[in-house]
Amino acid sequence: MTKTDSLAQLEHLELKLLLEAISQHYGYDFSDYARASMVRRIKKYMESVNVNRISALIPLFLHDGQAFQTFVESMSVVVTEMFRDPDVFKVLREEVIPVLKTYPFIKIWHAGCASGQEVYSIAIMLEEEGLLDRCQIYATDFNDEALRMAKKGIYPSDDVELYEKNYRDSGGRKTLSDNWVSQYNAIKINSRFAERITFASHNLVTDGAFGEMNLVMCRNVLIYFNEQLQDRALNLINESLCPRGFLCIGRRENLTFSEIRKSLEDVNNKLRIYRKKGA
Amino acid sequence: MRGKYSGNGGKAIVIGASAGGINALGFLFSELEEDFPFPLLVTKHVGAKDDGGALRVLARQSSLPVRLARDKDAIMAGTILLAPAGYHMQVEESGVISLNMEPPVAFVRPSIDVLFQSAARVYEHALVAIVLTGANSDGADGIRAVKDFGGTTVVQCPDSSMISTMPQASLGTGCVDYQLPLEEIPAFLDQL
Ligand SMILES: C[S@@+](CC[C@H](N)C(=O)[O-])C[C@H]1O[C@@H](n2cnc3c(N)ncnc32)[C@H](O)[C@@H]1O
Repeated sequence: MTKTDSLAQLEHLELKLLLEAISQHYGYDFSDYARASMVRRIKKYMESVNVNRISALIPLFLHDGQAFQTFVESMSVVVTEMFRDPDVFKVLREEVIPVLKTYPFIKIWHAGCASGQEVYSIAIMLEEEGLLDRCQIYATDFNDEALRMAKKGIYPSDDVELYEKNYRDSGGRKTLSDNWVSQYNAIKINSRFAERITFASHNLVTDGAFGEMNLVMCRNVLIYFNEQLQDRALNLINESLCPRGFLCIGRRENLTFSEIRKSLEDVNNKLRIYRKKGA
Repeated sequence: MRGKYSGNGGKAIVIGASAGGINALGFLFSELEEDFPFPLLVTKHVGAKDDGGALRVLARQSSLPVRLARDKDAIMAGTILLAPAGYHMQVEESGVISLNMEPPVAFVRPSIDVLFQSAARVYEHALVAIVLTGANSDGADGIRAVKDFGGTTVVQCPDSSMISTMPQASLGTGCVDYQLPLEEIPAFLDQL
């Protein structure tokens, strides 16, 4: 029997089988991830292990857990920064923090914290505003390697110039470098920040909600998902917010299609900062 | 409408540009008619901190709507979507845009290759990919992918390009169907 599927159709089928194998064997469900980026990561991984068909990854992953682990970690390799999108941090400082200041105790969830630069940015800002002592910060990601880096808080010195610029653009008036020590070609964020932060593995697709958060930061994580999965993750986030809690998503992310949009009011829609309506 | 232009059916145009690209894109967009029937997805290299300067310039010159893409924006006929600074822009089978923050590719984010490779798979024969002026070799791998999946490839003639490195690199793949001076590209798009 001959059938002439196009290259794209065949790859589509191979991908479906691979994801099914991964899901059955490892319990990671990538079926509702945005495909384009996933295909790219898979192709890159294939180059690194010298395999030229997507389907050839099936036996590899089924029989080699280490290979799969490396693959999962490569799936979410990202480049992030301290105070990325300074104008967002400016609004957090000027409009969100003053409200948080009126609470005796503040819970913050940073979902998809990657290597941690953003969560330290928030912690630094909270300390400057004098309320870090009253905050419990949860920083989660499903990538264990990224979490390890986040916990260590060690970043290349090459990035410092950018961090400093972002910080100043975000309205920061202190000396950012007071928050780390320099060592060789790296900086290490002061450990007093890590003490206020609980780093934990959490998968937005398969794990449950967190309780009663006053602020949820989930920036540039939803972009990994297709529309259905975005909606699910947003519902989980919404459940985790206390009434009048704040939500901040990525600058180019999109709530338009989500059903939680109507339960949120704008703090700054352009910068994607929202506040949950009262009960 | 979501999904309308994925797979078969209408064509889609992807364009990559770098140094000198604002002028080239501005010219191109000023020449297209208001009823241009296909979506246009554009990756123009911009610095990570670009706040939409390119967008403002292009929007002024274009008779079609030009917008910075948001994640999961629907891809629509007659609309120009521009890759935002600091993200790669890709196409999903469901007919929407995806953005991602993977590391820069060959030092750039957004990367033209990343856009072209994803669009190649989704649109297959219905894709037309165009590489314009630029000072690096982004787009060449993308052009190869477009050809592999059956799409049409166009490169701005090096001697009509402000900077010819990028067109040259694409031509070097041997996967280019048409080499056109900038002035002829609008007419080429019109007859698609
Ligand atoms: C682009 S980074 C975001 C970093 C930072 N928030 C920023 O915007 O600069 C996205 C992170 O989301 C994580 N991620 C992807 N899918 C996830 C999931 N299902 N559950 C939890 N985290 C996930 C990735 O591991 C990655 O570290």
